Amino acid sequence: MINGADTAWVIVATALVVLMTPTLAFFYGGLVRKKNILSILMQCMVILAVISIQWILFGYSLAFGPDKGGVIGGYEWFFLNNVGLKPLEGQTIPHQLFVCFQMMFAVITPALMVGAFAERIKFTGFLFFIILWSTFIYDPMAHWVWAPGGWLFDKGVLDFAGGTVIHITAGISALVMSLMIGKRHGGASSPSPHNLPFAVLGAGFLWFGWFGFNAGSALAVKEQTVSAFINTNTAAAAAVLIWMLLDWFIHKTPTVLGVITGAVAGLVAITPAAGFVTPMASIAIGAGGSLLGFIFVTYVKKKCGYDDTLDVFGVHGMAGIWGALATGLFASKEIGGADGLFNGNPSQLPVQALSVAVAVIFAAAGTFILFKITDFLIGMRVESRDEKIGLDLSQHHEAGYTLMD
Amino acid sequence: MKYIIAVIRPHRLLEVKHELEKNDIHLMTVSDVLGCGRQKGVTEVYRGVTEVDNLLRKTKIEIAVNDEYLEPAINAIMKAAPEKEVGDGKIFIFDLQECLRIRTGEKGNSAIG
Repeated sequence: MINGADTAWVIVATALVVLMTPTLAFFYGGLVRKKNILSILMQCMVILAVISIQWILFGYSLAFGPDKGGVIGGYEWFFLNNVGLKPLEGQTIPHQLFVCFQMMFAVITPALMVGAFAERIKFTGFLFFIILWSTFIYDPMAHWVWAPGGWLFDKGVLDFAGGTVIHITAGISALVMSLMIGKRHGGASSPSPHNLPFAVLGAGFLWFGWFGFNAGSALAVKEQTVSAFINTNTAAAAAVLIWMLLDWFIHKTPTVLGVITGAVAGLVAITPAAGFVTPMASIAIGAGGSLLGFIFVTYVKKKCGYDDTLDVFGVHGMAGIWGALATGLFASKEIGGADGLFNGNPSQLPVQALSVAVAVIFAAAGTFILFKITDFLIGMRVESRDEKIGLDLSQHHEAGYTLMD
Repeated sequence: MKYIIAVIRPHRLLEVKHELEKNDIHLMTVSDVLGCGRQKGVTEVYRGVTEVDNLLRKTKIEIAVNDEYLEPAINAIMKAAPEKEVGDGKIFIFDLQECLRIRTGEKGNSAIG
């Protein structure tokens, strides 16, 4: 039975999540040098288009189609065959609306990785890689965790809105990508953001869109929807304050870049837990994500020397791992899902840890292989001269800014 | 004292600056400029329409040096700036009449470096 309120809410939530991809583009775009801003905006917009089509043609069926041995969805729903407007079992929204909502998650996940290989990737290689990555990493991972019959789903893994499926896979793949494509010309400590106001605009609208991402994942209008809503905001707020205070105490200045990075870390951390914890727990989860992100962005990256340009691994990978594990600590059956360790159920945490390990290993190995294939067939990195001129002019023959009218 | 103005390709700036520093020249003023030369222009495409603008982006470096630093400065630029194609830029050299450090009021050779 289709429920009007549920359907209306999920339509709005889907639109909120669509907004997150162009918004992410501005968050990342403001953080690169001005000769590369268009390349970032372009990559995000093209992912929105390409993965939308991939999803309709076969991606959705691979992820959510009739289960084949717990590993992958079948071909029965290719080209949206047999996917109509009647709700799926256990849902109250039209099936095609569920397709759309999930489509936007499939879109934003590869877009998150854009920050890791920014300023040096060849557009053709990028395009090819993204299609492979979505098909061979995202779609199976979504199936395992979210689709009825998926092997991690059957083990009872809790991942409300995609901490494991989205942020850990994207964060780990981002690290592997940044290691394999190599540092930018001039090393990892290249110039600072060219337009922080863009980045703030982007982060602000990410926060806004994340309400659709998390509260929309309830797929209905019920108590849990509001839990996810309040937790999303609370975790982001706590994370902002923690990052600002860390900056203040350790670097002697509260910074704008720190505040917006903290917001994203908090939103990532609460994603898997949003519909399973209390608002008090969401403060701890947001704060923990922020602290871990801060440590990785400030110290670990510098020490290890990888050039994860915009800290996709530090923020999404690490806050994602924390959020997935924290779900096993703080989850409460009264809100939704199962009880966590602090509510007297020690058996949830190992399941969460297993899902983290699977996501890390699968994303790292898969990205390694897909990178090698793409690099062999097309090439991943631009010529040194093109990199110095900037990707906007060298890849797209356009300039983001003019010097005079 | 000499005053050097060099107009170079923007993406060569880091190499030129690095080379100047190797030759112990650390003080310079850098700006984004547009200019016309013999280079035919980088093409930009907007909605399928190719536009060739012969006002091209360049980077201007201005350096004031004592006479003995003139050769090292020019060598550094000549080493790092060229790609051996039209559009590599130009170097202009002027006699410099006077130089003052505003903070101390020093003049001449000691004010320059």
